[in-house]
Amino acid sequence: MKFLSEFRDAGLAKGVVSQIHRRSKTPARFMEFCGGHTATILRYGIRQVLPATIEMLSGPGCPVCVTANADLDKAIALAQMPGVIVTTFGDMLKVPGSHSSLQKIKAEGADVRMVYSTMDAIHIAEENPSKRVVFLGIGFETTAPTVAASILYAEEKYLKNYYVLSTHKLCPPVIKALLASGEVNLDGLICPGHVSAVIGSRAWDFIARDYAIPCVVSGFEPLDVLQCVDMLVTQVEEGNSKVEIAYRRGVRPEGNPEALRLMHEVFEPCPAQWRGMGTIPDSGLKLRSTYQRFDAECAFDIDPGPTREPQGCICGDILRGVKTPLDCRLFGNSCTPEDPVGPCMVSSEGSCATYYLYGRNSGR
Amino acid sequence: MADRILLAHGSGGKLAHDLVQKMFVDVLGNPILAKLDDAAVFTASGRLAFTTDSYVVTPIFFPGGDIGKLAVCGTVNDLAMSGARPLYLSLSFIIEEGFSQKDLEEIVNSVKEATDEAGVTIVTGDTKVVDQGSVDKLYINTAGVGAVAPGLNISGSNAQPGDEVLLSGPIGDHGIAVMSKREGFSFSTKLESDCAPLNDMVADMLAASSNIHCLRDPTRGGLATTLNELAKQSEIKIIIEEERLPVRDEVLAACEMLGFDPLYVANEGKLVAVVAAPDAERVLNTMRKTRYGKEAVILGEVVEGDSGRVVMKTHLGATRIVDMLVGDLLPRIC
Amino acid sequence: MCLAIPALIESIKNEEADVDMGGITRRISLRLTPQAKVGDYVIVHTGYAINILDQHEARETLKLFEQLAKAAEEER
Ligand code: SF4
Repeated sequence: MKFLSEFRDAGLAKGVVSQIHRRSKTPARFMEFCGGHTATILRYGIRQVLPATIEMLSGPGCPVCVTANADLDKAIALAQMPGVIVTTFGDMLKVPGSHSSLQKIKAEGADVRMVYSTMDAIHIAEENPSKRVVFLGIGFETTAPTVAASILYAEEKYLKNYYVLSTHKLCPPVIKALLASGEVNLDGLICPGHVSAVIGSRAWDFIARDYAIPCVVSGFEPLDVLQCVDMLVTQVEEGNSKVEIAYRRGVRPEGNPEALRLMHEVFEPCPAQWRGMGTIPDSGLKLRSTYQRFDAECAFDIDPGPTREPQGCICGDILRGVKTPLDCRLFGNSCTPEDPVGPCMVSSEGSCATYYLYGRNSGR
Repeated sequence: MADRILLAHGSGGKLAHDLVQKMFVDVLGNPILAKLDDAAVFTASGRLAFTTDSYVVTPIFFPGGDIGKLAVCGTVNDLAMSGARPLYLSLSFIIEEGFSQKDLEEIVNSVKEATDEAGVTIVTGDTKVVDQGSVDKLYINTAGVGAVAPGLNISGSNAQPGDEVLLSGPIGDHGIAVMSKREGFSFSTKLESDCAPLNDMVADMLAASSNIHCLRDPTRGGLATTLNELAKQSEIKIIIEEERLPVRDEVLAACEMLGFDPLYVANEGKLVAVVAAPDAERVLNTMRKTRYGKEAVILGEVVEGDSGRVVMKTHLGATRIVDMLVGDLLPRIC
Repeated sequence: MCLAIPALIESIKNEEADVDMGGITRRISLRLTPQAKVGDYVIVHTGYAINILDQHEARETLKLFEQLAKAAEEER
């Protein structure tokens, strides 16, 4: 595929790898914020080709993993109401909430439908005028504009039966919270590529400035990640901390202004609950009052009851980068992708699932 | 309603009788089936292989085939993978009331075509019609009997360190072709399912070498799952090379879009062979001369140690573990 | 996070486009990239173009990789 396969070329990768080896002298810890990067790193075995000076750490950048049980429970409660169709991305189906998962209640008869795009959810609402269709909105700034767009489509089409349960999360506030906690020491941050395609690389300026941590925005092909590591190493060796882009074909400093405009038109920031990190101010998105009639939180009387956290699961610590899946007693024993205990084992980008799938030993 | 299947078509009465005659006996006609006795009687001797499988694919018509072709090829291939020469098949339908007769006709014609190509005979069958909503349109079950040459020993537990692992062509065609027509996925592609009978290729391979240790068709669960089964059954380790793995552009693209790994996508006309190293080239060349093996490759090798594990050398020269498929393939956005 | 892949815009009708991604075609929404034209590559996430791919930058990056690869070759 054009503009994709080229960035997987083994021959080209060798050049970047040898440059990294030549340049890297100081031991450095880099965090890949985004689960997509974790997956690329493990799928291509990137850790194995990096010099011993570099340590890679996975961050909290998997929207499925950070979704709090309380939010999942709401979606499950909605799907159990008569006359309601809950639609969402395939990622969310298997994630266990406090008592069940969307997949399980679907098997029990609830109308839960997997969609690839919010446009599909709109079609379902059009085709089922007698039903109320709720889209469970998950994801970061990459996905939130597409959900905003669906609400605008619904408005233009005078759809009266389309609702969104917004559990969207924003990336810069959570990174800020992570760094402010002082729990992890980082020498560099690999910033999420497709989030940055929307919010722009400038959104990370505060990290370089306030925390003196080098930041490089990376794409998701192996060459993108290698180039990113090379740029971080260079900054470390030269004592710099600035924001750079290793994914220039996809990311501009200003991001995508139109996507941002739509997102802000429909949503406004709100406090959000992150799994393992508690409530972080201004790190979530809720529908503005102008669009309240599409807000499932307002339109439905949702009472999922008290939440329950999975016993023994250390997803939260893993998401904060203070533990690895190998530190979890349940990992690979009672918690496997077939029968996940925590969300990190569900999403194929979750740290636990990627460790499980791509090699329990490929983490260093 | 004349062109719909009714409950009465499965009741054993006149309608049922007419349907069997018109749809099945006339199309699939052969002396054994035409007798319409309670059981098919035929002569066979020596070692026999016997297998059965049910087919519930959605949608029932897909690019490159339909459920009828699949039901024949699947069972023929299961027989072939044990080294057997497929001979006789049974064919049973469970049909939802209201199913279109025209569609049924088309499916039976596909069955006919596939059995002709594979050189097998449908010797017995059954039709049930159930209430609307009890099944999704139509399910098929086939069972098959095949003859195994004396002394031939093909099994998933026969792989030995030093053997080479061969693959008959690009992976993932069937899974992606079927998915492209599923509700909610809607993308279009010229890609067709690879659904095909592999018994001729297997016959040629067995003629070319007596050192073929394992044969298996990587259907649901994909290549990764099949390789893991072989590694576990034989208690050996398999190393494959990403660089040699054949994947069509369309399959790669669909996988990128939906967040799948082609290693886990289903095939219906591919096989994996584990062959003693000295014979590997010869078997490969034999495969490449057959209709469904033109793009065959040597994908990797069997080694000692780390029993039951499959690893892949990545493009970057690193290695990663290739596990079995867990759960089902769900498209994802992250 | 955020699976997204490059796709070539083949035709546009209103706010929707048919795009080609390595031999598969799909309809996507251009709501987030109204300035996109036929012949542009866009980055597609969940059926929406989230950005226009900068082909010039892509080629520049590849050129850089090629130089590095050559340098590494010569070192040997
Ligand atoms: S292995 Fe399972 S239980 Fe342990 S942290 Fe990961 S998801 Fe939670």
